[in-house]
Amino acid sequence: MGRVIASRLVGVLGVLASVIVVTFFLTRALPADPAVYFAGMGGTQAAIEAMRAKLGLDHSLIVQFGFYLRDLAHGNLGMSLTTGHSVLSDLMARLPASFELTIVALLLALAVGLPAGIGAALRPDSWFDHLVRVLGTAGVAMPTFFTGLLLLHVFYFDLAWAPPPLGRIGAFIAPPPHVTGFYLIDSLLAGQVQTLIDAVRHIALPALTLALFAVAPIARATRAAMLDALASDFIRTARVIPLSSFRTIVVYAFGNALLPVLTSVGMVFSFLLGANVLVEKVFAWPGIGTYAINALIAADYAPVQGFVLVMAVLYIGLNLAVDLAVIATDPRAAAT
Amino acid sequence: MTTVAPTTVKLRLPPGSGSLILLAIVAVAAAAGPRLAPYDPLATSVSAALQPPSASHWFGTDALGRDILSRVLTAARLDLAIAAAAVGLSFGIGTAAGITAGYAGGWSDRLIGHVTDMIMAFPLFVLAMGIVAAAGDTVANIVYATAIINIPTYVRVGRAEVLIRRDAPFVQSARLAGNGTFRLLLAHVFPNVLPPLVVQASLNMGYAILNAAGLSFIGLGVRPPTPEWGIMVADGASYIVSGEWWVWLFPGLALAGTVFVFNLAGDGLRDFLDPHRRH
Amino acid sequence: MNRRELLKSGALTVSASALGLWPTIKAYAKTPIDTLVVVTEFGPNSLDIQGLGANQATHGPSWNVYDRLLSYGSKRLPSGILSYDYKTLAPELAESWALDPEGLSATFKLRPNAVFHDGSPVTAADVKWSFDRAVSIGGFSTIQMGAGSLEKPTQFEIVDDHTFRIHFIRKDKLALPDLAVNIPVVMNSKLAKAHATGGDPWAQDWLQRNEAGSGAFKVESWEPGQELVLTRFDGWTQGPLPRLKRVIVQIVPSAGTRRSLIERGDVDVSYGLPPRDFAELAAGGKIKVVGVPVENALVYLDMNVKIPPFDKLEVRKAVAYAIPYDDIMKIGIYGRGVPMFGAKTATITEPVWPQPSPYYHDPGKAKALLAAAGLENGFETSLGFDLGEATIREPSALLIQEALAKLGIKVTLEKVPPANWMTAMDKKTMPLTLTSFQAWLNYPEYFFYWTYDGRNTVFNTMDYQNHEVDRLIKIARFTTDPAEYKKAVCGFIQIVFDEVPRIPLFQYDLDVAFQPDVKGYEYWFHTQLDYRSMWKA
Repeated sequence: MGRVIASRLVGVLGVLASVIVVTFFLTRALPADPAVYFAGMGGTQAAIEAMRAKLGLDHSLIVQFGFYLRDLAHGNLGMSLTTGHSVLSDLMARLPASFELTIVALLLALAVGLPAGIGAALRPDSWFDHLVRVLGTAGVAMPTFFTGLLLLHVFYFDLAWAPPPLGRIGAFIAPPPHVTGFYLIDSLLAGQVQTLIDAVRHIALPALTLALFAVAPIARATRAAMLDALASDFIRTARVIPLSSFRTIVVYAFGNALLPVLTSVGMVFSFLLGANVLVEKVFAWPGIGTYAINALIAADYAPVQGFVLVMAVLYIGLNLAVDLAVIATDPRAAAT
Repeated sequence: MTTVAPTTVKLRLPPGSGSLILLAIVAVAAAAGPRLAPYDPLATSVSAALQPPSASHWFGTDALGRDILSRVLTAARLDLAIAAAAVGLSFGIGTAAGITAGYAGGWSDRLIGHVTDMIMAFPLFVLAMGIVAAAGDTVANIVYATAIINIPTYVRVGRAEVLIRRDAPFVQSARLAGNGTFRLLLAHVFPNVLPPLVVQASLNMGYAILNAAGLSFIGLGVRPPTPEWGIMVADGASYIVSGEWWVWLFPGLALAGTVFVFNLAGDGLRDFLDPHRRH
Repeated sequence: MNRRELLKSGALTVSASALGLWPTIKAYAKTPIDTLVVVTEFGPNSLDIQGLGANQATHGPSWNVYDRLLSYGSKRLPSGILSYDYKTLAPELAESWALDPEGLSATFKLRPNAVFHDGSPVTAADVKWSFDRAVSIGGFSTIQMGAGSLEKPTQFEIVDDHTFRIHFIRKDKLALPDLAVNIPVVMNSKLAKAHATGGDPWAQDWLQRNEAGSGAFKVESWEPGQELVLTRFDGWTQGPLPRLKRVIVQIVPSAGTRRSLIERGDVDVSYGLPPRDFAELAAGGKIKVVGVPVENALVYLDMNVKIPPFDKLEVRKAVAYAIPYDDIMKIGIYGRGVPMFGAKTATITEPVWPQPSPYYHDPGKAKALLAAAGLENGFETSLGFDLGEATIREPSALLIQEALAKLGIKVTLEKVPPANWMTAMDKKTMPLTLTSFQAWLNYPEYFFYWTYDGRNTVFNTMDYQNHEVDRLIKIARFTTDPAEYKKAVCGFIQIVFDEVPRIPLFQYDLDVAFQPDVKGYEYWFHTQLDYRSMWKA
């Protein structure tokens, strides 16, 4: 078991190294010249060269890469030119916003997708099954920014149920005292009910938009896994021995369907984290996606590199965790 | 005398065929699109700007007076072409890589797995953006970017399917019969591996179209004035608030509808091919 | 949805309304009367307007958080809107000033009671440090100071704690007006120096994130890319205390959302909407839309005279007659601008800028001119514009593309990402460029100096060099004889209209949308909001 974990870790570190290298050279391949961009309106040659030196871009690529690695070893992700803060502090400040949104969206999607998938598996080919599949597929078919704008128009503009999309919390409400960075949790911990309600109202639409996208893969994976589990020998055995059918389903079938579903959920989670970007733009959500896109458009290398690195670490870590969970429960899987 | 009731032959279409028929309709519309368009999709007209759907303009007109129906029809061809090219490319490269990795194993497996993991570790949309930003926003680059981020899917599926069948009896006997590796892979392994890959391809078509739409929203999509669903929806987004609903609705429906049909077809194909799921 | 979910959501609704929270939640849709909530697309990337790399949006906080020696007076435009008056200078930190008899130096008396936000007094030493910084730091700051012949620290002299003198190296009528623009702000030098380091003598790092000003507003908090909050500085002595106590500027990237917000009454001011939205809001009557044509600014189509076939005069004239000017005004910018085409006569008689060119939409003339150049079958070329401005540029670009296609000229549109835009302009490889320029100091020669002059700055995307134009620009900049000035200005405008390397399209409006209860808006050359004069009824 230990050997398995070790070999997995080595593989993971290798992938991480490649990601770092590729990102570095990809950002340098962007045609924009940050020295010109940040020299701005005063674009004389002297000003541009001064900017270039200030940015450390007057060295060769290899040397720059060396500096980058050295900084990375010290936990320094560089400075963002657009915000003026260190990339690490920017990311730390914005990650909770993205996480909170993704997790709430995931929970919403699970709340609908799991029961739908189970129900569809129980009655395959029924109208319910088809409805689930159709609705799920429809949710995935529309671009997230489109769905977001549509929901915004209906629920904010027409019905005035949703608050103005100005971020995570209203303009006149102070954020709750920082414990986790998740406004929903922090306000609950501090007992600030009005803040909690406001935070819930602000997260509702963006989370719904993302959830619509995640429901289909979750429902589909649950349905498939449940069908597999239900068709398995031991379930049929359990049915013959008359255990109550509800117990059969929930305890045994779902328990066995859990692992493939978990793998799917893991994939959906990491996909959502990346797909946040477009939803963040529509709702002015202060997450890491917007941060990265703004930096990319401004040829601000450090945040883009930092963002990709963080996302890669998260994704790899998540996969590793799911992988290990699978191996722990099913040793046969360690063979692949 | 007894009368024998005529036997009714129930024409039982395989499940999922409804979506395949829809798919065929979409493909035909795309191919014939430009010819079906009543107006020149690029012709502007100040007097006809931003008009709601009417008898002369079924889908209304956009801010520059261009007929939306014509643009939606013309865009079908481009969008499907982009998606097909991207999916075809990633299918070809990914499948070849996946089969190689699964069959040969060893260092080629590790290398291919490493590259695949690396691609998947990237936040995909940002990777696509980065590629298009670095290489320029041409249709070709959009295709390449979309293809690259989709390769891992085919590698994984291809590899997994090959691993299942690698030591199967029919492969063993083909090997014993003297078939070279390449011929073996092509004639025996590939056809068996094909079905799940085709399912992936169908699902991927939808993602490819959505990816192009997302890139357009950021501004890195196809160049104007070429009609493309993604750009039309992105432009139309600014009209959600001011009430000219037809500018975004029709391209959006075309976009969603096509992606939807591809997904349904993929689902249907998957159910059709997998014995477990058949009722 | 099974029964359980249904019950859960029902319970939540019941408890929420039971706690009587719904009315409270609805109530704060309207903002308090002494707070102004502004939404915009781009926020500042720095609080230091002199620092390298500060973006356009930095002018907003800088104007309100820092003071300058001088400011401009006010006037009413014919439309009734309040505007700054570039012809009159007003006291700010300098309560009075005087030129010496030869006009080679100016002495300023500083207000005795002026203090910085930390309470320390504003002294001439602070002014000198700030001005030394502005001319030495490089980049835009140094260039802008140079526009008024303010170039060396040796020009700045501390006479005593409250007296400051500037020595001029040449007579430049722009020297004093240049002191009222954003760049020569007065910074708290003691505070800044405390944060300077060996490698950063001007404390750029610290001043980017912190302010050291004496202005009417202080920075309460700043989340880059999200929100900037300003609060009133009650110790301000440079004018009447602002009526607003707090200003919240929020960054909302989506134009559709910004429009929703103002229409629903959730924000007070909405900035940077597409022209169509402004036109519709103005017509709707509920929201107040103020549109002022930006002074000394122009949107134009540049042709690179060194890239064939635009080196041929007939080709350039053909394009000038092919442009669908009226269509652009109507559905390109929805009338939010002043036409700069179709002048009745081709002879320039007034030294004003911008002014309409004699060209107008005449496809027949365009065809004839192309044929005269031997290109009746057209040719292929490309047109570049800044992707960051796509909302306002693209419709015009599409109309131009279509019109030129009718002549057989096939135009590919290149949307250049904002990060590359300066580089693309600088390289001078775009055959056609659709862009704009705004010159702060409202003098024609100032605009020409930046965009037509043969020293070929990045803004001269026509790659145009004409010695006669350069000579006339120089005369106009430094002469004191009104007759000579008029001749020079009319002269260079005439040449560039005759040679038409650049086709003027229109002078664009600065549009801002307000709730009807927002008062006191004043148009400034920096196109940002001056919160000091604003209030809510």
